Amino acid sequence: MSDVLKIKKPVEEGITEFLKFLLEKNKVKGIFTLRKAEKTDSFSYSLITDVKEIKNAAPLTPIMPANAGQLLSSFTLEDAIKEPIAVIIRPCELRAFVELTKRIQANMENIFLISSTCAGVFPLKSTQNGKFSHLLPKYWDAAKKSEVLPSLRPTCTTCEHFVPDLADIIVSVAGNKNLAEECSLHLNTSKGEELAQGAPGNKTTEKLNDVELVKLKESRLKEREKLFASINDKNLGLAGMVKTFAPCLSCHGCRQVCPICFCTLCDFDSKTHEDKVSHYESELHQKGGARIPSGTIFFHTGRMIHMAVSCVNCGMCSDVCPVDIPVATLFSMVGESLQKLFDYLPGRDLEEPAPCETFIENEFAGLGE
Amino acid sequence: MEKEYTPQIIGFLCTWCSYTGADLAGVSRLQIPPSIRVIRLMCSGRIDPLFVTKAFIKGSDGVMMMGCHPGDCHYQKGNYYTRRRYKTINSVFESLHLDTERIMLSWVSASEGVKYGKVTKEFSDKITGLGPNPVQKEIFL
Repeated sequence: MSDVLKIKKPVEEGITEFLKFLLEKNKVKGIFTLRKAEKTDSFSYSLITDVKEIKNAAPLTPIMPANAGQLLSSFTLEDAIKEPIAVIIRPCELRAFVELTKRIQANMENIFLISSTCAGVFPLKSTQNGKFSHLLPKYWDAAKKSEVLPSLRPTCTTCEHFVPDLADIIVSVAGNKNLAEECSLHLNTSKGEELAQGAPGNKTTEKLNDVELVKLKESRLKEREKLFASINDKNLGLAGMVKTFAPCLSCHGCRQVCPICFCTLCDFDSKTHEDKVSHYESELHQKGGARIPSGTIFFHTGRMIHMAVSCVNCGMCSDVCPVDIPVATLFSMVGESLQKLFDYLPGRDLEEPAPCETFIENEFAGLGE
Repeated sequence: MEKEYTPQIIGFLCTWCSYTGADLAGVSRLQIPPSIRVIRLMCSGRIDPLFVTKAFIKGSDGVMMMGCHPGDCHYQKGNYYTRRRYKTINSVFESLHLDTERIMLSWVSASEGVKYGKVTKEFSDKITGLGPNPVQKEIFL
């Protein structure tokens, strides 16, 4: 049970009004949200401090131009932000932000987290030709009925962690039947309650709609099984991976957009893994051929070993892949088994250390004896 | 006569226990398989998972990770991290249906020359049975 602030407006308008209230009443100095570029259908994350700009804010638009966790890290890396801001992010972005904060790559101080029970986002490609709005009615309809919309990102249709437990305020979106009539803000923490003090709307006490959320989780898990079943021996094993990663350009875009891959200089870009002429010569001598650029499978396997355990399944990697390699699906699969192994869920708890930086003395007994 | 197949196995050994153990095996004149190539590190905690992955993908038939027994690390806790890394590599390889049999973790202390001989012999025999690593034939890596 938590306090709920109900604003009698459709969910998008309601949240925009709430943001306007925050800025006007000086509760926060800025708002980090998706913003629509004027007269277009393109969106980007922006930090807004001017109340007049709020009209362009598009906080719950189902699109993710970048993982907001990564963006927040880029301006809180050196120090905490000085004045309070409110950020509107999705649950996976929030978990990425927590993971980065754990690794001292971001700072959560002075940040109010407003998140939602997430109904997913569309692939970036669906905004490419300047048309996007026509997809929205269907999206809101599916969110209302807690259905899985197949045109969303594959990671979204198969996501089971869509309730942001660590957020200060949770906007009820997925599984909320009254989306079109009212906007429910669940005040999840004391920080959230403080933020919503004096806000327009009625206060009640209510639980997040459990029945609908469980139903949604079940149907998404079914989708997950189907998706994982599509990755089988044909795409895995040595021969399968050669096929799966054959089109890879080595653009390393998947790494660039990954919120967990935060290293300034990636090991794979360093001299350590630069192939010399002698390497190609010996490859040609021994095998009679060499792939150029080389090291594709090494790069992907290495990246999985390095960070799949903290993968938050945001799906950015697959979304930016120019040759449509199912990177995110592979990461989900690998990540799931790793997370099970170490009993870890990325972004679950700020105090929980990442598996690679801790150990339990008597785990895996008998190994190596 | 056809040449007998000898695998190439890379071993990452920590200097304080496993390397000293290997040294003891040599001093004790134990027979160590010629397939083992040893790389000596200050601690098994220095083994970056990428060392193992690279060795595997660039064509070595087997990779050994060796360190002090848990609790005996010269640097107190390096081998605990090694153990987690081994499990990570193992789990990722399993998920990707790659050959986990070719990667091995073993604790060998400075006094266990005999164990070093036994472990390397067993691993070398196993790899000989498995045959050459298929990546050696794979051009498009």
